[in-house]
Amino acid sequence: MTATGAPTFDPAPPDTSPRNDPAEIPALSIGGVSHSYGTRRALADVSFAVAPASFTALLGLNGAGKSTLFALVTRLFGIQAGRISIFGHDISLVPGEALRLLGVVFQSRTLDLDLSVTQNLLYHAALHGIAKREARMRSDEVLARIGLADRAGSKVRDLSGGQMRRLEIARALLHRPRLLLLDEATVGLDIKARADILGHVRQLVTEQGIGVLWATHLFDEIMPGDDLVILHQGQVLAHGEVARIIADTGGHDVNSAFMRLTGVAAETGSPAP
Amino acid sequence: MSSTTVKQDRSGFSLAQYVTCLNGIVWREALRFVHQRERFVSALVRPLVWLFIFAAGFRQVLGISIIPPYETYILYEVYIAPGLMAMIQLFNGMQSSLSMVYDREMGNMRTLLVSPLPRWYLLFCKLVAGTAVSLLQVYAFLLIAWFWDIAPPPIGYLTVLPALILSGLMLGALGMLISSGIKQLENFAGVMNFVIFPMFFASSALYPLWRVQEGSPLLYYVCLFNPFTHAVELIRFALYGQTNWISLAVVSCCTAAFMIGAIYAYDPSRGLIRRGPAGGET
Repeated sequence: MTATGAPTFDPAPPDTSPRNDPAEIPALSIGGVSHSYGTRRALADVSFAVAPASFTALLGLNGAGKSTLFALVTRLFGIQAGRISIFGHDISLVPGEALRLLGVVFQSRTLDLDLSVTQNLLYHAALHGIAKREARMRSDEVLARIGLADRAGSKVRDLSGGQMRRLEIARALLHRPRLLLLDEATVGLDIKARADILGHVRQLVTEQGIGVLWATHLFDEIMPGDDLVILHQGQVLAHGEVARIIADTGGHDVNSAFMRLTGVAAETGSPAP
Repeated sequence: MSSTTVKQDRSGFSLAQYVTCLNGIVWREALRFVHQRERFVSALVRPLVWLFIFAAGFRQVLGISIIPPYETYILYEVYIAPGLMAMIQLFNGMQSSLSMVYDREMGNMRTLLVSPLPRWYLLFCKLVAGTAVSLLQVYAFLLIAWFWDIAPPPIGYLTVLPALILSGLMLGALGMLISSGIKQLENFAGVMNFVIFPMFFASSALYPLWRVQEGSPLLYYVCLFNPFTHAVELIRFALYGQTNWISLAVVSCCTAAFMIGAIYAYDPSRGLIRRGPAGGET
């Protein structure tokens, strides 16, 4: 149960058995990762960590290398150089152990439009080896939480963009991960849907202790208390608390700090006043 | 989640979890097949057109001598029935390949590939699912063919099953291997021209190999080395309760080779997923 009394998933993933003090092991650790597509370098010696139960924003313009980094963390691409581990499990050496602790929402939609909401969730559960009865229970639970219980039997193609995104987040949480990656999860959504989703994800951090890496190019999605990683042209230009980065750069907000570091402005997701 | 007392493998998954995953993938493939009724209809119409029109026309032109496994003269329709069964599986294998390319373009493939279960196992499940769908199609074809007087011995419907499973796996694995090399959905037309048609026509599906040898010794050898020929012959013999050992060996080896190739191609450090993020992503 949470502080608010809302039902939560039991954080009962497989044996994660941290070898040291659990608090010392980052949810996600990226060390010296580089990646190239042929001669074009997409990532250059990227290193940072995401703490458990924290919200880390990965800010970068389109083309900064955010999706490449996500593809490496989720093992869609092989790691060419460097090391990535999830709660101490090296993604290259023990991918199964690492991936079972990870939930991911990709930038492009990955739902099966011809299947129903529940069928999509059950399929995901099966891919994680969750038995059908348990999967149905969890599916009902997450649908109730995201307010889609009444759409359980609807075809996914009949949902709105915001509902699809909520469903993707619910699906990513179905196997009870401890780390959630979201790659530009609010792209293409209206202001209210964006705020709802962002609020929901922040709630997961505070209520369930899930570590979140939120990739975005919209600076107004970043809060003062967040951790921030600024990725530009495949390189990490800054990493730390938002307030510290702003202070270090001599800026007055995230946008000005970003501008000072990169020479270009990030975007706001809000309409111009 | 299963109890932790259940026996688990090195990666921490129990046998029950592997079975759950297999069931889920087969179930999803079956659901997609059911939703795409036109796919089922076209999968049936194609061989039936060959059977009802092509075979009827060629019956008078092409004489079939007594060759194993047949013990008497047979109608041409009877001869090409196993070839058409294999054709269903060939098209189904390529259709699965097409759907993998589509899934990759649409992003659905990522759902599968980020599963914590071993990737080779996920691909194997996908292969089994495609084969299961092809079996439904083949038996529906056999049912209709029965009304067309193509009636193998009753036990043949059972003895052909292992042959169909093996040939389905081989052709599905070939489709999977091919899908790893296709960058865009539009490129799939090339598969029709360079894989399906040559494999089908340069085989024993439509005419016995001794006939081919009479016409062109070179083509005979092409047919002989075509794995599809052996899938056809494996099915043909199994339909009459017999085993063609050479075909069995060839199909088994090709299944293993294609599957290993597909697993290699879908490995994160090489093959299709090395090339770059999905369209629009950076």
